[in-house]
Amino acid sequence: MSPLAILDGCTAERAPVNPSAFEAARPVLRERGQREVFCGLTGIIWLHRKMQDAFFLVVGSRTCAHLLQSAAGVMIFAEPRFATAIMEERDLAGMVDAQDELDRVVTRLLERRPDIRTLFLVGSCPSEVIKLDLAKAAQRLGAVHMPRVRILNYSGSGIETTFTQGEDACLAALVPVMPASAPDAARELLIVGSLPDIVEDQFLRLFAQLGITKVGVLPARNARDLPSIGAHTRYLLAQPFLAETAIALESRGATRIEALFPFGVEGTSDWLRAAAREFGIDEALVEKVIAPGRERARFALSKLRPQLAGKRISFLPDSQLEVPLARFLQDELGMELVEVGTPYLHRAHLSLELDRFGANVRVSEGQHLERQLDRVRADRPDIIVCGLGLANPLEGEGLTTKWAIELVFSPIHGFDQAADLAELFARPLRRRDMLKV
Amino acid sequence: MQLAVWTYEGPPHVGAMRVATAMEKLHYVLHAPQGDTYADLLFTMIERRSKRPPVTYTTFEARDLGKDTAQIFQDAAREAVARFNPQAIIVGASCTAELIQDDPAGLSQAMNLPCPVIPLELPSYQRKENWGAAETFYQIVRNLADKSVMREPREGRSARANILGPTALGFRHRDDLVEIHKILGTLGVEVNLVAPLGATPQDIARIGAADFNIVLYPEIADEVSRWLEKTFDQPAVRTVPIGAGATRSFIADVAELAGADPTPALGDTSLRLPWWSRSVDSTYLTSKRVFIFGDATHAVAAARIAREELGFEVCGLGCYSREFAREVRAEAARCGIEALITDDHLAVEDAIAAVAPELVLGTQMERHIAKRLGIPCAVISAPVHVQDFPARHSPQMGFEGANVIFDTWVHPLVMGLEEHLLTMFRDDFEFADEHGASHLAAHSPRKIADAVVFEAPLVDIPLPALAEAGASGWTDEAERELKKIPFFVRGKARRNTEAFAAAEGRSAIDLETLYDAKAHYAR
Repeated sequence: MSPLAILDGCTAERAPVNPSAFEAARPVLRERGQREVFCGLTGIIWLHRKMQDAFFLVVGSRTCAHLLQSAAGVMIFAEPRFATAIMEERDLAGMVDAQDELDRVVTRLLERRPDIRTLFLVGSCPSEVIKLDLAKAAQRLGAVHMPRVRILNYSGSGIETTFTQGEDACLAALVPVMPASAPDAARELLIVGSLPDIVEDQFLRLFAQLGITKVGVLPARNARDLPSIGAHTRYLLAQPFLAETAIALESRGATRIEALFPFGVEGTSDWLRAAAREFGIDEALVEKVIAPGRERARFALSKLRPQLAGKRISFLPDSQLEVPLARFLQDELGMELVEVGTPYLHRAHLSLELDRFGANVRVSEGQHLERQLDRVRADRPDIIVCGLGLANPLEGEGLTTKWAIELVFSPIHGFDQAADLAELFARPLRRRDMLKV
Repeated sequence: MQLAVWTYEGPPHVGAMRVATAMEKLHYVLHAPQGDTYADLLFTMIERRSKRPPVTYTTFEARDLGKDTAQIFQDAAREAVARFNPQAIIVGASCTAELIQDDPAGLSQAMNLPCPVIPLELPSYQRKENWGAAETFYQIVRNLADKSVMREPREGRSARANILGPTALGFRHRDDLVEIHKILGTLGVEVNLVAPLGATPQDIARIGAADFNIVLYPEIADEVSRWLEKTFDQPAVRTVPIGAGATRSFIADVAELAGADPTPALGDTSLRLPWWSRSVDSTYLTSKRVFIFGDATHAVAAARIAREELGFEVCGLGCYSREFAREVRAEAARCGIEALITDDHLAVEDAIAAVAPELVLGTQMERHIAKRLGIPCAVISAPVHVQDFPARHSPQMGFEGANVIFDTWVHPLVMGLEEHLLTMFRDDFEFADEHGASHLAAHSPRKIADAVVFEAPLVDIPLPALAEAGASGWTDEAERELKKIPFFVRGKARRNTEAFAAAEGRSAIDLETLYDAKAHYAR
């Protein structure tokens, strides 16, 4: 059917966004150059807290180990479930040797840590560049150690993944091993994206109150306890950085529920409503279930709004959370968006979010660091969201910053975290005004 | 392959960054994939620098790997030189770029850049951070030193010295330098150059004008000083002035090379360590068993202070840098023990557990090992975390450094004694368990066994009292939810919620109340 043959108002509800039409409506500044971002290995820092039976073994260089310990801070000493197999000169000499070495390291690790039930072999830049076949290694080692340990593989390398994309790659590796749901199964809901336990529980309670009883989460708290998947699965993305995972889920028959991401009152309401609509829940019930949380969040946000309204904000690319967070700050707290930078812009997953942006918002994808900093200095926003490598230097120039990584580690989704999320942005501004030194 | 959770040293290009960041008007063009910029935050966060490190990363991606990474490198180098206008640049590759073999040296030399280009060969799969720093400093000096600048005859002028070794991210380098300046001032020695910290490439050109060199940190400056010895015939002072005795030797060595009278410097009355150590309050320090681990320079210095200036018994000594193992082995022999040379923190942990010392002196890593084992600990060497880049003046070198060391090492022991007393008297009402211990409490959570001991008397409490406590109104579900809040804010959350419930006249605290209160207290 040609587009002309569709009557007005009859377009398919979930029509895919046409990128070129989108580009026409909103130009996106695309840049390449130096990128001041983490690689996907960093995802391990929160993923290993979420999946309590999993261990992450990075196959990489001393740099990878150094990155993990720098990013993990003091957490590294609490008997962490991640480590690096550091490649040395002799591993680079020949491929067969490297595979043998890997077997030796994995065997030693599994002897030391009998509690491990899922082991991720995580690829890095060096292992990708020398084309060390970790997928094959995972298969070979898996055959040896199953059923006690399941061994999977994904890449968190900087040449392929940016920061949160490491989680995407990890979850996409889990999708093929999710059990298939029965062909006659009832509709099931799947929440995709790792959330702090407290937030996950809030959402599960809300879905239970809505009467949606079969709700799975990916990643599950136990990586060997994965939810089932099939044509009856409807999935709801909790995070905006899950492009590969979405493709993997759809290849197994699941269908995405399109919604805003659950940040703030509007995002969370829309996210819950979209699921309820998909499951045919009565609207009056939906209203009743979400009303208390929504009103609480509105009330809590009302106190932060005067501090943030009218303030100008720029995001430097970091986690792909930038677009939905900017939408929340603009719509619910009255902030003015100057530039919203993102490492990667998934147009389909973010189309509802982008539709909310004011006409003057500059959206940028990728990064040329020096040019972007020139723009920041010219714009002089009230607050800049950026990484820790840039935060103090920008403060040193008299600008106010909010370091972005905290947004990935803190509970910020859902009604009851809306004010906490706003507070993360209000605090640096309040501090700037408080200090007399 | 080496299995590692924690590494004492970063890769060699991080060492190069430490030299580049220490210097002024020098830029580092680093061929590296996306993500290697993580190293910037070591400088901006741990050392709290208010400027970005002068490093341009090429950040190549997978799709560039076919052909144009060399072009990306050249573009990055050209842009960096145009934008930052450095007096010189250093170029090199990180571990991944080393594998793709683009040859930054050849590429940049072919570009005719308007400033000197110093290529670095840092083998990432063999060497580590300190080696990278030393090699970078050596290449910079070799390439930039003006061989026509030689020292003038000594008649009628003060002696001149170069101070070599302080870098960015160096443990107490900033404050050590202040102390060395003080000593040289008293001896009437002029400072020709401090490098790398604060030096420009043009300053480096004048390195030959000094009469002698002072090697503050051999890990960084030893190689350079040997080259300078050969090239400019400059002798070097290699005594590291950490500790009262070592500082005295250092003063004597410098005075000899400078032809100065050491007496005024030796008579510095700010040195308090010897008297503090002799005062009767310190008697209990006698033969305390101490385990020492760190970089070679700091470990050896610490062992001497421990033995000769504080009266400890050194029961373990080691370092993570193989390059300087010989010095550590020699010092260990003087202590009557065998040196532990390893970069495996698990081996260090095992060694500490095996000798069961009363004090551990080490790096950030040993601090955590000691916490876990419940042993007092002080930090003497990198790697260190943000709290060991303090705002206040806290050198390790010179007489003030000796004072700082006395306080720093004895402090955890005194605190350890307090804790011991607390444990002894914990059944006294004044020492209730809730008061907790001193410094160790935050780090070594109370053992379950202790908790059981203290819960036991509760059995004797009449039932109504218990019931009342249970009737605070929290539903099981809300109580469980509360437990999901991080422990360090949980108490506040509980108090706030209860105050809110009371104000609202709600008798039961359920989930709704918990979250209503949370919303109420949101700022």
